Amino acid sequence: MTTPLLKVEHLTMRFGGLTAIGDLSFEAHSGQITALIGPNGAGKTTVFNCITGFYKPTEGMITLTQPDGQKLLLERLPGHDINWKGRVARTFQNIRLFGGMTLLENLLVAQHNVLMNASGLSILGIFGARSYKRAEKEAIELAEYWLEKTGLIDRADDAAADLPYGDQRRLEIARAMCTQPLLLCLDEPAAGLNPRESLLLNDLLISICREHKTSILLIEHDMSVVMQISDHVVVLDYGRKIADGPPDAVKNDPKVIAAYLGVEDDEVEKTEAEIATIAAHAKGDAR
Amino acid sequence: MAQASLDAKPAAQPTRFERAFKDAFIAALVMLGLSVPILALRAEQNMSNEVILIPRPWLVVICCLIVFVGRLLLGLFVFNRAPGAKPLVETPSAVKTAWAKFAPYAAQVGLGAIIAYPLVALYLGGPQGAIKWIDNFGIQILIYIMLGWGLNIVVGLAGLLDLGYVAFYAVGAYSYALIATKVIPATFPDLGVWAFWICLPVAGILAAMWGVILGFPVLRLRGDYLAIVTLAFGEIIRLVLINWVDFSGGYAGISSIPRPSFFGIPFNASESGFAARFGLEFSPIYRTIFLYYVILVLALVTAFVTIRLRRLPVGRAWEALREDEIACRSLGINTVSTKLTAFATGALFGGFAGAFFAARQGFISPESFVFLESAQILAIVVLGGMGSLFGVVIASIALVGGIEILRELDFLKAIFGSDFDPTQYRMLIFGLAMVLMMLWKPRGLISHREPTVFLKERKSISGSLVQEGHG
Repeated sequence: MTTPLLKVEHLTMRFGGLTAIGDLSFEAHSGQITALIGPNGAGKTTVFNCITGFYKPTEGMITLTQPDGQKLLLERLPGHDINWKGRVARTFQNIRLFGGMTLLENLLVAQHNVLMNASGLSILGIFGARSYKRAEKEAIELAEYWLEKTGLIDRADDAAADLPYGDQRRLEIARAMCTQPLLLCLDEPAAGLNPRESLLLNDLLISICREHKTSILLIEHDMSVVMQISDHVVVLDYGRKIADGPPDAVKNDPKVIAAYLGVEDDEVEKTEAEIATIAAHAKGDAR
Repeated sequence: MAQASLDAKPAAQPTRFERAFKDAFIAALVMLGLSVPILALRAEQNMSNEVILIPRPWLVVICCLIVFVGRLLLGLFVFNRAPGAKPLVETPSAVKTAWAKFAPYAAQVGLGAIIAYPLVALYLGGPQGAIKWIDNFGIQILIYIMLGWGLNIVVGLAGLLDLGYVAFYAVGAYSYALIATKVIPATFPDLGVWAFWICLPVAGILAAMWGVILGFPVLRLRGDYLAIVTLAFGEIIRLVLINWVDFSGGYAGISSIPRPSFFGIPFNASESGFAARFGLEFSPIYRTIFLYYVILVLALVTAFVTIRLRRLPVGRAWEALREDEIACRSLGINTVSTKLTAFATGALFGGFAGAFFAARQGFISPESFVFLESAQILAIVVLGGMGSLFGVVIASIALVGGIEILRELDFLKAIFGSDFDPTQYRMLIFGLAMVLMMLWKPRGLISHREPTVFLKERKSISGSLVQEGHG
């Protein structure tokens, strides 16, 4: 068994008295698409915010293993270093593009740290150093590659806010990919897309995962996307993990169906009892 | 008339003229009601100190007529125009094509005009007359252009609303004044003539350092809170300068600050002075012209650095920060240090401008660094269009030059009486201009944004898509 790329252990996030995530543990493996699903308010985006450093978790450990074997504890890194040192990129549920900047500029901002080093912290850049010009040319080439890939190359010089919704979603993915991440966290990438756009998105995500060695962690409500592309599914409900496994197994899990469709009260008690026995067994096994 | 036509065709809609006429008539009635108590009688004292009332019926009639005609014209040509109607004043296509040809060269032509300005003023006004035009107009406007460009980095690019920018201007001015009057004479008296050139970079660096010191605690705040705290910092610096008398001279300020030399040659009437060395007759105009070119070069350096920085990752990060701070953080941009660089770069140019100001005036006191100065610099940036260098130039000329022009309008005294002082109306005019701008061009004179990089063609981005920043 290889070391997982991302290992979340006993993650707990409390806001005052509210426990948004309670003792969550899961793993995401390299080269796989892991989906995080659950009903509204289950705490999926909170998990994302913990992984990408927007929240500091109350308890728990988030370990990211770099290709050279170095392990980084994401909860201890400052917010911006999670992208730069940890190489974790993300998109947002409500799209956050730099609307007044062109598509190309959006993708160049994503390569900020690389370019900043090349420009000698701007000092060489002000005097027009050749090394910076070369770095900028490479950055533009990378941006062009991702614009090509997401089918936005014709609009490279337009303002990002001018794009239609579906294109904005793809641009956000392209922007995240320009940081050359190991792990790409996508928060509902298919929300608001029509079925055709949704199919294109599936292809894009699969190609990102297979060709660029970028693993994907995905929050999604659109089950057709989740079931088609993900290798591994983690189901959350009320901040706790209720199922974890390959898509087909999860789809037929009674607890998952109960969480999504709702059940009668006595059934809940029955299920809880079942969970208690399973847990007791699990503990017994562990000992 | 309106009534009659309504009676004749009760079902028909009133025509535009009828509506406008009725509207104008009502406005004239309102004017009549207002003007009778205000304008109709003039109270004066006669020889025996009794109040006598002079009726002025014609003034009332004239005012009502002006309102009536004005309102009628507005009603006919401006209000309620059909959508898609032709614009009121259509730019002739010849003018448009001429402008399209001229526009790419506008910057060069403008720069040429600015470089030639003191020589033209000298030629037209002679050595005595030109000083006023070069000093009060040229240098004054250029100082504000430079301050506007400096603040533009903080407010226009990074989107951090800074209401205390004048603090850095003060730090620059006092750094130069104190080093040149106290430190240099005490340590290296021989360097006295070089004081300005030594202190200029020092003043800038000290101001940038204060920018970082003030920015560090402030930058975790956003929006209104940031604005209020920067305002407070500006006031704190001024109050320290007033109250720390041993250090800064308090209200009395610092006087006899050394004036800049022509790279080591002082501007004075002595044997080794500028005029004698170059075989010219001594005149204060040479110093003024020299100062003009110094501030011009400083301002151009500011513009050059700003243009370059915008195309560098740090400049793009500033603009990205203005657009969306959270997205910036998710892309690995250290938002704190990026904001601090914006604050420090803006403060650096404020410091340069401050050192120049102290050298030009020869005297500084805390009076020069009141909040109104910050407000005026901010007004220049907002009026010009946030982020636009060219807009700042136009706004500085309009605001600073406009106020100076008011002093020159002596002919108005012939109309309004000899005790009429047009400069007293400057705040009124300033406020009115601001209100008109908010109605006409709420995003400033030049609101569109030029992209910093492009693949195929450079398309300017409409101002409505560009965020203004939340601090």
